[in-house]
Amino acid sequence: MTPGVPAVGTATPGRAKSHGNVRHVLTIDSAILDAIVAHARRDHPDEACGVVAGPAGSDLPTRLIPMDNAARSMTFYEFDSIEQLRVWREMDDNDEEPVIIYHSHTATEAYPSRTDISFAGEPGAHYLLVSTREPDSTEIRSFRIVDNVVTEEEVNIVDATVDA
Amino acid sequence: MAIEVRVPTILRSYTGGAKVVEGSGDTLSGLIDDLDAKHNGLKGRLITPEGGLHRFVNIYLNDEDVRFLGALDAKVADGDSITILPAVAGGALGFAAAAALLGR
Repeated sequence: MTPGVPAVGTATPGRAKSHGNVRHVLTIDSAILDAIVAHARRDHPDEACGVVAGPAGSDLPTRLIPMDNAARSMTFYEFDSIEQLRVWREMDDNDEEPVIIYHSHTATEAYPSRTDISFAGEPGAHYLLVSTREPDSTEIRSFRIVDNVVTEEEVNIVDATVDA
Repeated sequence: MAIEVRVPTILRSYTGGAKVVEGSGDTLSGLIDDLDAKHNGLKGRLITPEGGLHRFVNIYLNDEDVRFLGALDAKVADGDSITILPAVAGGALGFAAAAALLGR
């Protein structure tokens, strides 16, 4: 350890959070977030869902993959299992992982339901919820869901973390 | 030869962290019993107490969802590849209603 250089993951104030998602922060590019909100608005009043992949271990969401809601429901979403297999394999081949799993609630708040918590099967992912119940404003919140425990985290919106 | 099984992050606590394990059997059910003998507790995460496939996971035989291949009765053989993924689902609906909607 070099003296004076904070180790990643410490609670050292200041610079540590600028890149990547150290503990309870989701850092996301505004262009990706805008595209997620646009997807949710487009599918409203049905729930929309998808993934943002990123390089394994980086905790940085870089590649948006909107998924079909196979349930086509206003109150439920489900990835099509075959589409999911294809996307998960593609991430594996690219040495990526699902950094964000997102979906919308179209008549309720952006907070995980009991169903969301029961199904949450990616302990390393940020679960991003978007509520489209208000036509003029969109509620966006992010959570970790591990072993049925929900922890809300800060959403840190940045511009162009990734070079075009 | 054996059957290769790819294990998702959430179930790797049962496999000592291994991403890929091997097993054997003539059917998916037999394969899961074999895996459970080596990785105690794994079966309970894949099969419900009633004996059906758990709704929280998707199991694929090569490129197909086993639900379309007879589920636990699906025939498997050496050289096949099994992939287990967490099912991604949820939504504002109550859990019991969601389960009924899924029909499983």
